[in-house]
Amino acid sequence: MSVRRLDKVQPDSFKLSRENLKWAKAKIKEYPKGKQASAVIPVLWKAQEQEGWTSEPAIRYVADMLDMSFIRVLEVATFYTMFHLSPVGKVAHIQVCGTTPCMLRGSEEIIKVCKKRIGQAHKVTADGNFSWEEVECLGACTNAPMVQVEKDVYEDLTPDSINKIIDDFEAGRTPRPGPQIERQFSAPSGGYTSLTDPALYDGSAIKKKPAAKKKVVAKKTPVKKAPVKKASAKKAAAKVAPADQHKPQGLKAARAGGPDDLKLISGVGPKIEGILHSLGFFHFDQIAGWKKKEREWVDGYLRFKGRIDRDEWVKQAKSLAKGVK
Amino acid sequence: MLADKDRIFTNLYGLHDIGLKGAMMRGAWDGTKKMIEMGRDGIINEIKASGLRGRGGAGFPTGLKWSFMPREIGERPHYLVVNADESEPGTCKDREILRHDPHLLIEGALVAGFSMGAHVAVIYVRGEFIREREALERAVAEAYEAKLIGKNNKHGWDFDVIVHHGAGAYICGEETAMLESIEGKKGQPRMKPPFPANVGLYGAPTTVNNVESIAVTPTIIRRGAAWFDALGPERNSGTKLFCISGHVNNPCNVEEEMGIPFRELIDKHCGGMRGGWDNLKAVIPGGSSVRCVPADQIIDTPMCFDTLMALKSGLGTAAVIVMDQSTDMVKIIARLAHFYKHESCGQCTPCREGTGWMWRILMRMSEGRAEKREIDMLLDVSKQIEGHTICALGDAAAWPVQGLITHFRHEIEAKIDAYAANPDKDGEVTEKMVMEAAE
Repeated sequence: MSVRRLDKVQPDSFKLSRENLKWAKAKIKEYPKGKQASAVIPVLWKAQEQEGWTSEPAIRYVADMLDMSFIRVLEVATFYTMFHLSPVGKVAHIQVCGTTPCMLRGSEEIIKVCKKRIGQAHKVTADGNFSWEEVECLGACTNAPMVQVEKDVYEDLTPDSINKIIDDFEAGRTPRPGPQIERQFSAPSGGYTSLTDPALYDGSAIKKKPAAKKKVVAKKTPVKKAPVKKASAKKAAAKVAPADQHKPQGLKAARAGGPDDLKLISGVGPKIEGILHSLGFFHFDQIAGWKKKEREWVDGYLRFKGRIDRDEWVKQAKSLAKGVK
Repeated sequence: MLADKDRIFTNLYGLHDIGLKGAMMRGAWDGTKKMIEMGRDGIINEIKASGLRGRGGAGFPTGLKWSFMPREIGERPHYLVVNADESEPGTCKDREILRHDPHLLIEGALVAGFSMGAHVAVIYVRGEFIREREALERAVAEAYEAKLIGKNNKHGWDFDVIVHHGAGAYICGEETAMLESIEGKKGQPRMKPPFPANVGLYGAPTTVNNVESIAVTPTIIRRGAAWFDALGPERNSGTKLFCISGHVNNPCNVEEEMGIPFRELIDKHCGGMRGGWDNLKAVIPGGSSVRCVPADQIIDTPMCFDTLMALKSGLGTAAVIVMDQSTDMVKIIARLAHFYKHESCGQCTPCREGTGWMWRILMRMSEGRAEKREIDMLLDVSKQIEGHTICALGDAAAWPVQGLITHFRHEIEAKIDAYAANPDKDGEVTEKMVMEAAE
């Protein structure tokens, strides 16, 4: 149990903004009639999102709104540790996960950086912009160590990358959330070990279904794939394999002056850069010129379904290409 | 190794379209109406036959749990509550379902809800999973839009899905604490009986299931119970999402067949053990609440409920925390003790006070500032917590400590000896000095 008290300095009043009020009313309606108290956590959370922290007037406001006694809402606000009962850093309140799985991967080093850069835990910097605290498991253990800042998580951290994240916040930029190393969410960083069969994604999952149902497989015998199925899977693979006609034109070698540093495109690491080179792409303007079909081809080739569009490589490459010139 | 075609969560890594269209391409919402036409008993029998055991940690047979709901819908409505309050240290599997395969969960909620006569499902997402909640809310909106759920939907069973969230309390993962939390109160567990199937949410019959248990059900019914049952060892059927963290080369989430040997799991998916297999010291195989297992016992053990139970540990949520020889076991268990101290709801005295005691003793022990007789005292304290509380958090806090004392008592003693030999060093354990001397 953690002891949590209301802040000594409290604002005079609190009011949900018009938009948030509308949202809250809709949220209350989701619950059965007379059970409006169920909305207490979502509405308090909205209030905190609006103000940055949970003040006493906000608690009273929510209690009135939900027709609950004040003490019940106070109980909720003090019980649930995500409600900040005192103001936190305006730019970033960094919540460092310090529980065992993160600790094993070096969360103590991350905490050291926070202490050095921001100061004591739970204490807002003099300019009111930064604060940090150690929290319990945030549920991203395969991407440890990690921190959460507001809605986003920053994973697979090192002292260098957390320093860079703090730098970014200080400079008014929002760092790119997710894994800070070359990695697709919680997939193994060394390359995919599962979910590589294209037949899973070409729609054949819908067509072939009752086969397994009819076959009563004896317990403990390894399920052998019928060769027929394999062939069909292969066929399907051939079908979805990107046609080479859409392969964008590459160069045999970098132009005079050497290749551009493609790693500047977010989403491209040294490994992908190598692959791009092998495909004949060395310059930003090449990537900037990819058409939709061509993007799809490269996407399929890299097995990064959607990453190129998601990270907007073309747009990034365009602006980077301008910079080079 | 499990073949890709037998994996249920085909968008585990978020490489493909998360939206409804993409999910349907991968097989979600396929033949859902036929499932509803199987009737309540048809679905429950199919799930029973598949041998699915709950994926939230306890491993209770899912079909059996559903059958506890009252047969007839009386004056009180029935509720399905989906437990997405994933907070067990080491566990991060439901997160992937919520953000990358939410339609499997929504479809599962409809099928499961129908089988227990519930027209409403509440999905309780942990407060910290904000992006995950947003992804789920988008998916729910899509499903409403496409008339897959909602009033007068395509499947002929009116069904509403409420996405609810917490605000940072591990205890709300306990089913009755979760119900309290949804009702707008502090998340303090209720006494059982009455069980939620009789008196649950708003006093009405309720079943609480883990995200993974619910999300696998449509695929099980689509492909048949026999398919699922054929995977994995006897009484431990099917596939399971494993979350492997700690000292492996490539920590990751992966769906594998139940009963895969520990060594194979790590070699196949995690690029092997950091520093080779001789470097393995211990494993916590099922999230922080189970006892740790030393290397020699776990290395070739099949990862399933029964084999790990035999090692006095458990599969739990299949959150595999791997530790190498550099790990200070006392320190990492002390950190877990801090977690339980922080997360105790404060309702039962043995847990509220005991978790703090254990943490403080362990903190001293991790520096060596303790006496050897205190090791037995610590064990005694843990036994006084275990089994003396309303919910299982007390047990969960006691087991890691008991595992430490059973398997690594010598490490605690070595620390105490080292400190006793150099008391002036003010808590600085001499290991460091020995290392310096060796260099």
